[in-house]
Amino acid sequence: MKVMCAMSGGVVSSVAALLLQRAGHEVVGVTMKLWGGDSDTGCCSVSDVDDARRVAQQLGIDHLVFNFGDDFDEHVVAPYVDAHTRGITPNPCIECNRSVKFARLAERADLLGFDAVATGHHANIGTTVAGRHTLERGADPAKDQSYVVHMLDQAQLARTLFPVGGLQKSDVRALAASLDLRTADKPDSQDVCFITSTGGRTAFLGDRIPFRSGTVVDAAGTRLGEVESVELVTIGQRKGLGLPGGGPKRYVVDVDTSASVVTVGSDGDLLRTGLDVDSVTWIDEPVEARVLVQCSAHGRPMAADIAAAPDGVVHVEWVTPQRRIAPGQSVVFYDPTDTMVLGGGICR
Amino acid sequence: MTEPAITYLDHAASAPMRPEAIEAMMPYLTGFYANPSGSHRFSRRTRQAIDESRDVVAEIVACRPNEIVFTGGGTESDNMAIAGAVARHGGTAVCPAVEHHAVLHVVERAGGRVVGVDHAGAVDLDQLASVLAEEPDVAVVSVMAVNNEVGTVTDIAAVSSVVRRHAPDALLHTDAVQAACWLDLREITPHVDLLSLSAHKFGGPKGVGVLVERGGPRVEPLIIGGGQERERRSGTQNAAGIVAMAEALRLTDAERDTDAVRIGELRDRLVEGLQAQLAGVVETVSPDRKVAGSAHVCIAGVESEALLYLLDEADVCASAASACASGAMEPSHVLAAMGVDRDVALGALRLTLGHTSTVADVDRAIEVMVPAVERLRRGGVR
Repeated sequence: MKVMCAMSGGVVSSVAALLLQRAGHEVVGVTMKLWGGDSDTGCCSVSDVDDARRVAQQLGIDHLVFNFGDDFDEHVVAPYVDAHTRGITPNPCIECNRSVKFARLAERADLLGFDAVATGHHANIGTTVAGRHTLERGADPAKDQSYVVHMLDQAQLARTLFPVGGLQKSDVRALAASLDLRTADKPDSQDVCFITSTGGRTAFLGDRIPFRSGTVVDAAGTRLGEVESVELVTIGQRKGLGLPGGGPKRYVVDVDTSASVVTVGSDGDLLRTGLDVDSVTWIDEPVEARVLVQCSAHGRPMAADIAAAPDGVVHVEWVTPQRRIAPGQSVVFYDPTDTMVLGGGICR
Repeated sequence: MTEPAITYLDHAASAPMRPEAIEAMMPYLTGFYANPSGSHRFSRRTRQAIDESRDVVAEIVACRPNEIVFTGGGTESDNMAIAGAVARHGGTAVCPAVEHHAVLHVVERAGGRVVGVDHAGAVDLDQLASVLAEEPDVAVVSVMAVNNEVGTVTDIAAVSSVVRRHAPDALLHTDAVQAACWLDLREITPHVDLLSLSAHKFGGPKGVGVLVERGGPRVEPLIIGGGQERERRSGTQNAAGIVAMAEALRLTDAERDTDAVRIGELRDRLVEGLQAQLAGVVETVSPDRKVAGSAHVCIAGVESEALLYLLDEADVCASAASACASGAMEPSHVLAAMGVDRDVALGALRLTLGHTSTVADVDRAIEVMVPAVERLRRGGVR
């Protein structure tokens, strides 16, 4: 096959390209230029592009750079900023996968005559006896990334390859080292590429939206303190609320950005019997059953019954009450054996 | 390395070296290795080659030999002209928005003013006049003779009269890097104080260029050290590069008139050939306003990043706008300044011809481009 391999300049996608080449595919490496601003991690710095190009040279494959900066701004950065003004905490990496990697890049690959797009995501794509595609967790539980690629549908899965999904992380490093790939010792990058470690989310959002101070109250409405920016407060947060020490632990149980009010309560006040999920996508057919539900990239999957509700919403009813999930977080459904992704969406 | 079988339509990025230039430089890469600043006869031999090269270049650009500074290339020449003028005279710098980044970024760093252009990319003289009238202290005005992306020729004499009238103390610099192949430099130099050239654009090697400083030192040197180039540009001269550059410029100058006619016809054949078979191919600047080698087009319904891949796959070398440090194509600041819609600019393709271009190159490019564009417009199904 002719495969376009997304190469970030990191060790995992370097090994992905290597494995594709070993499997006999015609491989072209592509580095996407997504973010033009400050960055200290992720995939857009000149030195990361240099690393990707040098690995491609080492493998003897062509390497291209595509500028999808406009798409990234429109589909990832602008919605991320906008969501915070509404008290919503999105996962920009998932939106990037949805709108850029498996949409814009995949369409470009299709247009240019490629048979598939490969990435270094740690997940696996299988095929059932009926010829349907499945999305499964990666072999290394600690590195599983099926959560962040849960939005793929049958047509996308048919044209996607995850070459490293069957390897342990240590195997990836060992493979890179055995071939003396220049990225073998490079540290993993896991953070959001447009948020710097020095400035963090506060600096990034502060440059783009006005922060409004908020009042911190308890369930009865008693004023307990003040936060500088209600836009930065997340459900479940415990620190940085300006509350006096001592006493019972208090968590953010609700954020009302329009009224600039943050409500805190006990751990128990956070518990919910269920949640609603919208923008739901399915790997194959929609499912209504008892499943496992995971609400963050490395969160523990918990049992719940999922069922269709009006307006395309899927309702999740926990078997035992769970802590409230922040609106905007991705909620991903796995089969009861915790092997396969069934679908997922965004917490309301 | 053997020469690959390619169709090369990217002369404005870098032209193939002229064989005579390669031959001329070889002795200075092999036998004559002495430092030209040395005091022995071996050095004097290298020194003489540089001096003779300087005479050749001076004759072609119509200046005195001691007004020629050999530099490390066009970017260095542009940087030296602008940063050096601001360093020497204080004040600010002014340039049109379509300049090469080697000019634009230096002007911006100096806190300078950027002037608009017309729809062909030539500086708006009225706007230039009003900016110069407003700015009390302009050290240097920099206006390119030929635009590197779209090929537009600027009337430097007209620019000069505006600058002399409204900012009599300002130096006038022209980036003539893209002009050397197509315009008689003798007609440009008399109107300016400073002029930049880059050898690899006209069949010389990379890493060597010229800054003409008319009337003696006009700017502060950028590179300081051993005082080579009469204290204008320190660092041991690139003797081989200078000799090759002079030879390439000599040949370019001698063949310019006949080449321009021949290549202009090839350019027309290319653009007309594409337009005959494809709808929505617009020549960005009309041929009467640009140099003979430029076939910049905007192709509706395709993204040049995708088209370039298909051309590359078929061994046709072309380009779009300038690339950033990562190698990604950036949206063209030139087309934006000309008022071209961003959507239209996404389909920009820069095809540039030069001294080695042939009918076969043009016909091959058409043969590859037509199905590639059709395929991208259809949505990629093979």
